[in-house]
Amino acid sequence: MALTPKERMQITRQPMRERDGAARSQDFSEVNEGFTAEVARLEAERCLRCKDAKCIAGCPVGIDIPAFVAHVADGDLHAAADVLLRDNALPGITGRVCPQEEQCEQRCIRGKGAGCSVAVGHLERFVADWARTQSDAVAPPREPTGFRVAVVGSGPAGLTAAGELARRGHGVTVYEALHAVGGVLRYGIPNFRLPNEIIEAEVERLTAAGVEIVTNVVVGTTLTVDELMQEEGFDAVFIANGAGLPVFMGIPGEDLIGVYSANEFLTRVNLMEAYRFPDADTPVVAAKRAVVIGGGNTAMDSVRTARRLGATEATLVYRRSRAEMPARKEEVHHAEQEGINFRLLCSPVQILANEAGWVRGIECVEMELGEPDASGRRRPMPVKGSEFVIECEVVIEAIGTRANPLLTQTTPDIVLNERGNIIVDEDGMTSKRGVFAGGDITRGAATVILAMGDGKKAAAAIDRYLTGVDAPAATI
Amino acid sequence: MFTIIRAEWLSPGVKRMRLRAPLVARHRQPGQFVILRVQETGERIPLTVADSDADAGTIDLIVKVVGKTTAMLCAKARGEAIADVAGPLGRPTELSSDGHAVLIGGGVGTAVIYPLAHALRSLRNRVTAIIGGRTREFIVLEEELGAAADEVLPCTDDGSYGFQGTVADRLSNLIACAEEPIDTVYAAGPVPMMRAIADLTRPYAIRTIVSLNPIMVDGTGMCGGCRVNVGGETKYACVDGPEFDAHEVDFAALANRLTAYRVQEQLARERYDSKCALEVSRH
Ligand SMILES: Cc1cc2nc3c(=O)[nH]c(=O)nc-3n(C[C@H](O)[C@H](O)[C@H](O)COP(=O)(O)OP(=O)(O)OC[C@H]3O[C@@H](n4cnc5c(N)ncnc54)[C@H](O)[C@@H]3O)c2cc1C
Ligand SMILES: Cc1cc2nc3c(=O)[nH]c(=O)nc-3n(C[C@H](O)[C@H](O)[C@H](O)COP(=O)(O)OP(=O)(O)OC[C@H]3O[C@@H](n4cnc5c(N)ncnc54)[C@H](O)[C@@H]3O)c2cc1C
Ligand code: FES
Repeated sequence: MALTPKERMQITRQPMRERDGAARSQDFSEVNEGFTAEVARLEAERCLRCKDAKCIAGCPVGIDIPAFVAHVADGDLHAAADVLLRDNALPGITGRVCPQEEQCEQRCIRGKGAGCSVAVGHLERFVADWARTQSDAVAPPREPTGFRVAVVGSGPAGLTAAGELARRGHGVTVYEALHAVGGVLRYGIPNFRLPNEIIEAEVERLTAAGVEIVTNVVVGTTLTVDELMQEEGFDAVFIANGAGLPVFMGIPGEDLIGVYSANEFLTRVNLMEAYRFPDADTPVVAAKRAVVIGGGNTAMDSVRTARRLGATEATLVYRRSRAEMPARKEEVHHAEQEGINFRLLCSPVQILANEAGWVRGIECVEMELGEPDASGRRRPMPVKGSEFVIECEVVIEAIGTRANPLLTQTTPDIVLNERGNIIVDEDGMTSKRGVFAGGDITRGAATVILAMGDGKKAAAAIDRYLTGVDAPAATI
Repeated sequence: MFTIIRAEWLSPGVKRMRLRAPLVARHRQPGQFVILRVQETGERIPLTVADSDADAGTIDLIVKVVGKTTAMLCAKARGEAIADVAGPLGRPTELSSDGHAVLIGGGVGTAVIYPLAHALRSLRNRVTAIIGGRTREFIVLEEELGAAADEVLPCTDDGSYGFQGTVADRLSNLIACAEEPIDTVYAAGPVPMMRAIADLTRPYAIRTIVSLNPIMVDGTGMCGGCRVNVGGETKYACVDGPEFDAHEVDFAALANRLTAYRVQEQLARERYDSKCALEVSRH
């Protein structure tokens, strides 16, 4: 029996079960425990099933949110999963890492004013986790078309494109530079937010659908794009090699021992499993006091990882205020629960050394917010004479990345913008015929869901290109 | 998996291995390296490709045992396989032509300069190789270098073989009395050696290239762990190098960063050695 809108309005947003902050900050197991079936159903009943649902437009891949939520409310999880998977190949991942509060949930009518939006992300995760335990998920592949597509990079953009192309009957080979699959999902985002099993399950689904994955191939040096097309017999290439090179601030002391880019720190811990040293061989400097610079998801992941490696004082230094922090709200909230110190409105000046060449602290200066800058955010300005020192043994810089030139250097006919990102047209095609690109390499550092959206769009365009239906013409 | 098809000891603790790695073999140029992982849970370490055969699809590595990973690698025999090999990585050497090139290898650094000898020779250079080791046993690749270089000058600390003294001392002599002026020096080895070479050639303004050996992780520019300071700029050795102008390199910072994990490295090595000892006593 359907509830009336009034009855729906009376249900309050269901909280996510979280493991206790103190306990979980000692390990790498997942923080969120997920909804129970009962809670999911209750949360789903909160959805007002708007005729003109605004949430759909807030979703970069346009998931029919009211439809899947209604199926959850009706207890038909099969149908819910079908709706989700129609538009999103990796819902178990996006349900965990999308910035929902800036996307679907921001548009939700129930979130207006003092209200709370429907927990779309948590419901998405619930359905995806349910679907993962069902074994009948693999749809039989289409009749092979005989076309072959090479995908460069196994991050969310590459994996999504691979799945979509295989579904359409094309032969797909994914080339990955590292020894493990998943891109940032694997080496960047920690287990406590996105457990490896979830990535592995997605990858298994792909290989079951016939996708071949070849690790240890750095396209550009091990094989070039031209070789893929001319010698290896691929009919099209999708480049999704991600964002790449970490940027350092350029302050004194960055070559001391104990200074890391977030990428290195997280790669050592997540990909190389340094938290298990010496059972895994790769070490990491474990500090009692760690300072992380930045305010995004990468900074949040780094500081919470440092905490789990044993830092009793784990501090985040960010030059703007909390409102400007680009990290997901939930991560900021979790970091607070885990006892992370926030030093907002301050900026690093230099990293200080002890006699042995190790980090002993970081000098910072307080900031105040001035006039809005180009990004519309108020520009932070240093306050004269406010310098102070935070003592620490490790400093992790999480201030951004720039495009990795390894591949593009060897493919000069792919046109780049001034920041080194690949320029693509509406269909995701680059200036080189038959070569498409998407994800962070075209956008600069963005999000998982946007990378997936690019992969999906490019796969559709590649399909048209190969089969000659509305073949896109190069327009760059 | 990458199969070992040949493995032989060159000197105590230095092994030459031939691996099947057709894609690497096809593209590799002198000066480039691979990153490998011996097994699951293993560390990723960089090793220079000493030689390659594109037709046979093989690459040669020359590995010196210094810690757990190199010990595990060198314990492998023909027919065994290693988990991961990625490459070729790094920029190929910018080779000079029609001049006098001096190659300097200290210890396993000799493996790093070895592939340059043939390449320089085919560009019509006169090639002199100065190679050093603690004692005679530690001089590696002398014969192989001899096949490509015009002259090979071994040096030992104790004088047990060749010149008594360091490779820098030998270079100093060569600069003083070479019949042909030296155009380019290529050096690889321990940081103090490379620094000494740089200091020696600087006053003569001899073009000097060093192959740096910072700690690496991915080898693709993604982590920045391999950063070195060259001419006041931060460079990533895995993509911008590993070779740089010796006169611009901040060797002190490099030497310092190489010690970052000394305690952990020792622990890993001891655990590994005692595990091996246990296995031996069981058999
Ligand atoms: C620590 C961290 C936390 C983040 N948290 C979030 C979050 O919570 N929510 C969110 O939406 N976004 C988050 N992001 C951003 C998000 O992860 C990225 O936008 C997304 O992963 C980009 O996907 P991609 O497929 O373009 O590239 P990537 O995920 O970067 O994958 C690229 C892959 O290509 C491989 N590769 C690179 N070069 C080559 C080559 N030459 N040949 C072969 N393979 C190559 C790389 O090894 C990598 O595996 C986070 C990013 C980081 C670093
Ligand atoms: C571009 C490059 C080319 C190289 N070529 C050769 C070669 O042809 N033959 C050879 O024998 N060695 C070579 N090396 C050095 C080799 O990588 C190290 O000896 C090896 O990583 C040591 O690993 P381990 O576990 O055995 O020793 P560990 O006990 O881990 O370390 C011993 C020492 O090796 C260095 N080291 C440790 N880990 C790394 C790492 N991940 N990357 C780089 N250095 C590290 C450190 O200085 C450390 O103190 C090269 C290094 C670089 C950067
Ligand atoms: S090894 Fe990671 S950037 Fe060079």
